[in-house]
Amino acid sequence: MGSYLPSTPAEREDMLAAIGCESVDELYRNVPQGVRCGALDIPDGKSEMEVLSELTRMADNNTVLKSVFRGAGAYKRYIPSLVKTVTANEAFLTAYTPYQAEISQGVLQSIFEYQTMVCELTGMDVSNASLYDGASAAAEAVLMCGERKRTSVVVSGALHPETLETVLTYCAAHDVEVTLVPVVDGVTRPEDFAAAIDETTACALFQQPNFFGLLEDASALIEATHEAGAKSVMAVDPISLGLLATPGELGADVCVAEGQSLGLPLSFGGPYLGIIACKKALMRKLPGRIVGQTHDSAGNRAFVLTLQAREQHIRREKASSNICSNQALCALAAGVYLSCMGPHGIRQAASLSLSKAHYLAEQVCQVEGFARVFAGEFFNEFLTTCPIDPEELEERMAAHGILCGMPVGDKMLWCATEVNTKEEIDVMVRTLKEVL
Amino acid sequence: MKLVFELTRSGRGMSVLPGCDVPEYELDACWLHAEPPALPEVAEVDLDRHYRALSKEAFGVCDGFYPLGSCTMKYNPRVNEEAASLPGFVQLHPLQPESTVQGALEVLHTAGKLLGEITGMDAVTLQPAAGAHGEFTGVLLIKAYHEAAGDTARTKIIVPDSAHGTNPATATMVGFTTVNVPSNEEGGVDLDALRAAVGPDTAGLMLTNPNTLGIFDPNIEEITRIVHEAGGLCYYDGANLNPIMGIVRPGDMGFDCVHLNLHKTFSTPHGGGGPGAAAVGCKDFLAPFLPGPLVEQEGDSYRFVQPAQSIGRVKAFYGNFGVIVRALAYVLALGREGIPEAARMAVVNANYLMKRLEGAYHMAYPRPCMHEFVIDVGPLKEETGVSALDVAKRLLDFGIHPPTMYFPLIVHEALMVEPTETESRETLDAAADIFLRVYEEAREDGERLHGAPFTKRIGRPDETAAARNPLVRWMPGDE
Repeated sequence: MGSYLPSTPAEREDMLAAIGCESVDELYRNVPQGVRCGALDIPDGKSEMEVLSELTRMADNNTVLKSVFRGAGAYKRYIPSLVKTVTANEAFLTAYTPYQAEISQGVLQSIFEYQTMVCELTGMDVSNASLYDGASAAAEAVLMCGERKRTSVVVSGALHPETLETVLTYCAAHDVEVTLVPVVDGVTRPEDFAAAIDETTACALFQQPNFFGLLEDASALIEATHEAGAKSVMAVDPISLGLLATPGELGADVCVAEGQSLGLPLSFGGPYLGIIACKKALMRKLPGRIVGQTHDSAGNRAFVLTLQAREQHIRREKASSNICSNQALCALAAGVYLSCMGPHGIRQAASLSLSKAHYLAEQVCQVEGFARVFAGEFFNEFLTTCPIDPEELEERMAAHGILCGMPVGDKMLWCATEVNTKEEIDVMVRTLKEVL
Repeated sequence: MKLVFELTRSGRGMSVLPGCDVPEYELDACWLHAEPPALPEVAEVDLDRHYRALSKEAFGVCDGFYPLGSCTMKYNPRVNEEAASLPGFVQLHPLQPESTVQGALEVLHTAGKLLGEITGMDAVTLQPAAGAHGEFTGVLLIKAYHEAAGDTARTKIIVPDSAHGTNPATATMVGFTTVNVPSNEEGGVDLDALRAAVGPDTAGLMLTNPNTLGIFDPNIEEITRIVHEAGGLCYYDGANLNPIMGIVRPGDMGFDCVHLNLHKTFSTPHGGGGPGAAAVGCKDFLAPFLPGPLVEQEGDSYRFVQPAQSIGRVKAFYGNFGVIVRALAYVLALGREGIPEAARMAVVNANYLMKRLEGAYHMAYPRPCMHEFVIDVGPLKEETGVSALDVAKRLLDFGIHPPTMYFPLIVHEALMVEPTETESRETLDAAADIFLRVYEEAREDGERLHGAPFTKRIGRPDETAAARNPLVRWMPGDE
C-alpha cells in the first residue's frame, strides 16, 4: 500500500493518548453506526513504482499522432522551454490562492503581469486573473452583460460548438433566452445580427476567427450590436492577435478567449485557460479573481486580490458568479509564454500559422475531392469537402501517425500552426493521396 | 521587485521560432491591428531570474506547515506530476479518434468508478473544473430533475449558516433562491428550523458534512430524511470529504449528488489558485441529466456516450484531464486500506493540534473534531486587542501559512485550522509552540502585533486603497 503518512502506528497511538482517546473510533462517535461503510470495493494500494507503471500502461494505450493538422479549439503549438521550467517550480505549483499577500507577492505579481499582457494583447482595459476555460469564459461573459431590462442573448451560429453548448447551459440555468443567428457562406452576416437584436438583448456574441476559421466582419458585427443598444462580446484566438485587429480597437465591450495556445500542452482537453477582459465601465461586473496594485504602510508597492465585494465569499447569494478560483498556474504559463515571445514572437507565431495554413489549403485542395467550402478569408483553419467518409479518412491517416482535419458532418476542418513544417505538410498530402 | 515590463529594453528578446519555409501569406490591411501589443522584451536569462525571484515569494506546501481550514493542503506527491506529464497524456489532442485515445478514456472511466465507490454514487462526471463549478453542475442536476417531473414550484435551496459562500452563490446561478437555516448549539443543523424551512417549494439542501466547524452532524440521516420527505433532493458539498473517505459515504447518508474537490482530498496541487478539478457523482435517477460526454466500457474498449436528458456541457472537452490523472494516481496509491487510513490520520492530527492549543486559545466548539477545528480569537481580542488577523499575520514571521481567517462567518474572529494527515507529530508540535508563543506575545504586548508581519519584504498591503482606486494593470510610466 502506498502512503503519504509520516506517522507510524506507534506514534499514532501516542498521539491518541495525548488527546485522551482509547481509539480513533472514539473521534468518530458522531458518525451513526448504521451509515458507516465497510471496506471500499477498490483495489489494494500500490507502491510508487506500481502506480507509475499502471498509468504508463494507460498512457501507452494512447496513440500520440506526431503530425497534427487539427485544431478546433485546441492547438498544438511550440512551447518555449522556460514555460515548463517555471510552472514546474514547487512553490508556484503547490501554493494556495494568494490570500496572504505578504508571503504571496510572487503569485500576485505574476497574475498582475498576466492581466497586463492580456490587456495589451486584446486592447481591452481590464482583465481578470482568468477563468476555467474559453467556453466557460464565454458563458460568464454573456451573463455579466445582463441588465434589468436587457436579459436575452444573441449568439453567432459560427461559434465553436462546445462553447455554444456551454453558453446554452449557463443561460438555461439563469433562464436567459438565447437566439442563434444562422451562418451564411460560413460567416455571420451583420444584417442578420442586427435583425436578431432588439431592446431586450443584453449582448451579442461572435467568434473571430470563427469555428470554420473564417474572418468575420467584426467591426460591422460590433456596430450592429451597439446600434441596437446591446453589448458586444467577442471570442478570439489569442495567437491571431499577433496580427489581427484587437477587440479593443474594434470596440468590443468584453473579450474572451481560450488561452491554451499560450504555452499550455494539449493534455486531452485540460487544464486550459479562460481569458476574459472588458472595458473599464464593466470592471465591477467582471466575475472571478482580480489582482490590484496597492502599497504597504511603508510605501512599498504591493499586490492584493481586490474588488472582492463582487465575490461569493462576501456577497454569498448576491454574488454575480460562484467562481472562487482561477487557473493561476495556467495564467502563469501564459505570462511566461508571452514574455518569451515578446511583440516580435507573437507576431511571428500568428504569421507562420497564417502562411502555413494557406500553403496547406493550397496543397490539400490539389487532391481530388477536396475543395474549400467557403470562399472567405481565413486565418489558420479552413473547411473542405472530403471525397470519402471523413471518419474513415481520419482512421486511415491516424494509421500513418497523422491527425488530419476534423470531421464536421461530411466535411473536414483543417488547421496549421507554426509547428507544421513544409516537409510535414507535403508528407501529409502525399499520404492523403495514398490512403484514398 | 520589478515587473517584467520594467525589465523591458527595446530590441531584446528570445529567438523562439524559425523562419517561414512556405510562401509568406499576407492578409489585407483591413484585418490587421494598428499597433503591436506592448509585450515584454527581455533576454532569457533575465526572464529566468525574474520568475525565480517571483517563486521565492510564493509559499508552497514544501515551504512549511499549511493548516488552511477547508482547503486540505496535504502533500502533493511527486509521482502524480510525473504521471500527468507522460507524453501519452500531454500530447493528446482532445478531438482525436476514439480508437487512438483508449488509455485516456480508461483514465476517465477508472477515476469515475473509483470516486463513485468512495462517495457511494452510481454515476460520475469529471467535466467540472473546480469545486464551485461542480456545485453549479450538481445543483443543475437537481433543477433538471424537478423540471423533468413537472415540479416547477421547487425554487428554494436550503443552506446552513455555516456553509461555504459558494453554496448560496451557486443556488443563485441556477435560478434558485436561498433559505438559510441556523446552526444548533452543537454546530450542527437545527432540526426544528430545517423542518420549518422545508415545503413544496424546496428544491434541495446543500450540506457540507463534516461542516466548516469540523463537526460531523450526528443527525445526518434525519436531515436527509426531512428533505426527502418534503420532496427535495440532498446535495453533498465534498469540500470536507477528507476525514470520512472510506469510513462513511455521502450516498449512504442519504445524499443524491455530490461534488469532490480533487485538489483538496485527492492531493492534486492548487497551482496558486488553480487549476483544480471536480468530480460530480449522483444516484442513478439523476444520471440521465449529467453533462456529456461520459465514458462507457464495452468489453476491452471504451467509448464516449451522451446522457439522454443532459443539462449540457459546463466547459469544453472532458474536464481538467491532467488534474484527473494526478487524482487517479493518488487513489491507486492509497487504495482500499490507504484511503480510510489517511482519513483517520487527518482526524487524529486535527484533534492532537487542538488539544495542544486549547489550554490557551478559545475553541469555538470545544469537543472532538473531524479534520479541522475553529479557534475563536474573540476572547483574546477582548483581553488584548489582538484579532484573528493579527495572529495570522504574526504566524507568517515563523514560516507558517496562517489558518483560514474569518470563516465560518458564524464565529466572528475565526481561525479555521486543518493540519491534514501528511504532517508529522514534530511538525504539529513545532506549530503548536509557535501558536502558543504568538498567544503569549499578544498578552505581553498586543499593540505590537497589529504591525505583524515584521520579517517579510512587505508589510500589510492597503486593501482599501486597492479597492477604492483599482490599478489592475501596469501602465508605461508607472513605477
